[in-house]
Amino acid sequence: MSAVEIVRFAVRGLAANKMRSALTTLGILIGVAAVILLVAVGEGSSRSIQQNIQQLGANTLTVSSSTGGGGGGGGFRMARQQQDTGPRTQARPLTVDDARALADRAAAPHVSSVSPVVSANAQAASYDGASHPIQQVIGTYPSYFEASNKPVAQGTYFFNDDVLAARKVIVIGQTVAENLFGALDPVGRQITLTGVPFTVVGVLKEAGSTGGFQDADDVAIAPLTSVQQSLTGFGPLNQILVKAGSAGDVAAAQAEITSVLDQRHGVGGTVAADYQILNQATLQETVSAATSTFTVLLAAVAAISLLVGGIGITNIMLVTVTERTREIGIRKAIGAPRGAILGQFLVEATLLSLIGGLLGVAIAVAGAQFTIAGITPVVVPSSVVLALGVSVAIGLFFGSYPANRAARLRPIEALRFE
Amino acid sequence: MSLVLDVRDATKVYGAGETAVHALRGVSLQVEPGDYVAIMGASGSGKSTLMNIIGCLDVPTAGEFHLDGVDVGALDDRRQAVVRNRKIGFVFQSFNLIPRMTALMNVELPLAYGGVKPAERRRRALAALDLVGLADRVGHQPNELSGGQQQRVAIARALVTSPTLLLADEPTGALDSTSTLDVLGIFDRLSAAGRTIVVITHEADVAEHAKRVVRLRDGRVIEDTRLAPVDGLPPRLKEVTA
Ligand SMILES: Nc1ncnc2c1ncn2[C@@H]1O[C@H](COP(=O)(O)OP(=O)(O)OP(=O)(O)O)[C@@H](O)[C@H]1O
Ligand SMILES: [Mg+2]
Repeated sequence: MSAVEIVRFAVRGLAANKMRSALTTLGILIGVAAVILLVAVGEGSSRSIQQNIQQLGANTLTVSSSTGGGGGGGGFRMARQQQDTGPRTQARPLTVDDARALADRAAAPHVSSVSPVVSANAQAASYDGASHPIQQVIGTYPSYFEASNKPVAQGTYFFNDDVLAARKVIVIGQTVAENLFGALDPVGRQITLTGVPFTVVGVLKEAGSTGGFQDADDVAIAPLTSVQQSLTGFGPLNQILVKAGSAGDVAAAQAEITSVLDQRHGVGGTVAADYQILNQATLQETVSAATSTFTVLLAAVAAISLLVGGIGITNIMLVTVTERTREIGIRKAIGAPRGAILGQFLVEATLLSLIGGLLGVAIAVAGAQFTIAGITPVVVPSSVVLALGVSVAIGLFFGSYPANRAARLRPIEALRFE
Repeated sequence: MSLVLDVRDATKVYGAGETAVHALRGVSLQVEPGDYVAIMGASGSGKSTLMNIIGCLDVPTAGEFHLDGVDVGALDDRRQAVVRNRKIGFVFQSFNLIPRMTALMNVELPLAYGGVKPAERRRRALAALDLVGLADRVGHQPNELSGGQQQRVAIARALVTSPTLLLADEPTGALDSTSTLDVLGIFDRLSAAGRTIVVITHEADVAEHAKRVVRLRDGRVIEDTRLAPVDGLPPRLKEVTA
């Protein structure tokens, strides 16, 4: 009794009940496809987030205040600590002078550029009847364009002179350009930003809408002083964008920034820092930890459907074995060894799950070509291998119980079975 | 001369306690090579029980059972499968062909389990089907055959491995008189060719074809009559070949 023959018997067994075999296969198919697709969606969203972060520009460090302003989390905690520790009465915000101090090459030799940043959200802009609320208006120095990796596609940047003179010039993102100007060339035209006229000098290169987050192209960038004059007032900075000389200099630059700012803000001893420095690497770590949790969650949901598919196989194999008990008896009576019976039913179960698994892979790979919920799925090869492996293992595992039961029957018991 | 079949004091009890059924109460039966034995007895006398034990489909509660000199009860599961495959051909009252498989495939099946190569398997299966007169029905499935034809396919399947012993449990029980004669003719010719046959029957007519008749009652052998010598021809061979 060769293996080929056992497979032939198994195929014949499956073909004898096509509808049932097809439905069982469908269960596994859905499970496998779900695992692969959901993991692909998780991976896709994680990649797009990583890309977003990378668009911040390489080698950049973001300094922000821990106490309100443009700061991130931790403001509340810092405030409490100040009460506890006492000596200083108030956290100092980030100022243009802080930025200037960081630009001192003697104190911070690894820093190549420093851009103070203020930003205003949702500012109404209009041009010749068309209006559009710009998601983020940024006031900064020309070095910002390079540090934040925002090249200009049309027109020019603005210059240090413009900042000194507080000229009302502005560089707009693609989304803003489309909404205000349509097909017109925006360069040289004047838009009104909350009542103040600004001349468009350049249009940013399209960043592309990445992930489901904010539109990176819905921005406008103008000289720091102009934005402060017309939109934000001369208060604290939201952040200071620092570019290190090279990727290897990032750590050294961060140490220098810390020492300069600690000195200027009187941090040390019992006084905790009132600012925080974010670099791309730590941001990436935090975000990828979050997205991998998300991916695991998706995979867990999908794994459950795979398990349900496996239970479907057990059920069908039990029915098949029960229904064919007499046939098993006949086969045993004419001398079928236990191994041949066991093999036949195991191969049947494995074929069901393997076919289902392969079709599931095909459908998942096909489905991953489409954009799902704004995310381009990225098929992870290991998830394909895992899903296929698990589906075959399920076939073997869940098929072995009924197969074993069939093989162990004594011929006369099987023959008498009604 | 070595015995093909040697059953010594076999008992079979179904169930236990008060509901226990003593189907066999100590049966001894010796069959020499070439013999043609008919087993008769009232319904419930234990004929099928005895036959299932001889055919290795069931195990006796007590007693010894040698087949071709081998103590079958002492064999493991795999070797018992080999004994069923090589030494025994079993014909059932209810045919027991496998549905959705052609006559040829059904007959090839024991050879497949016996590890015979496909070409050789086909040749031998066709020869067996030819022997039972079904050379023109090899491609038919069981539900496309008459009862008599199905039983002849079953006989071909039992014969195809050239077993030491051919067992038949009421092979003509479900057949009309013409088909019964077909089957008896096959058995008589096999016996004349030297094959050892044990057949169970209710009908005295059928039993008269055998060389020896064994009667059971309540799980015991009550009568053992020889109609023809072991090495002779079956008594009614002439009628069925005429
Ligand atoms: N699986 C079983 N469980 C319990 N009792 C059984 C079983 N098989 C047979 N019996 C009993 O054993 C006795 C002998 O049965 P057996 O089938 O051997 O009779 P038989 O001589 O073949 O009868 P028949 O001519 O009707 O086929 C009967 O009383 C029957 O009820
Ligand atoms: Mg019976």
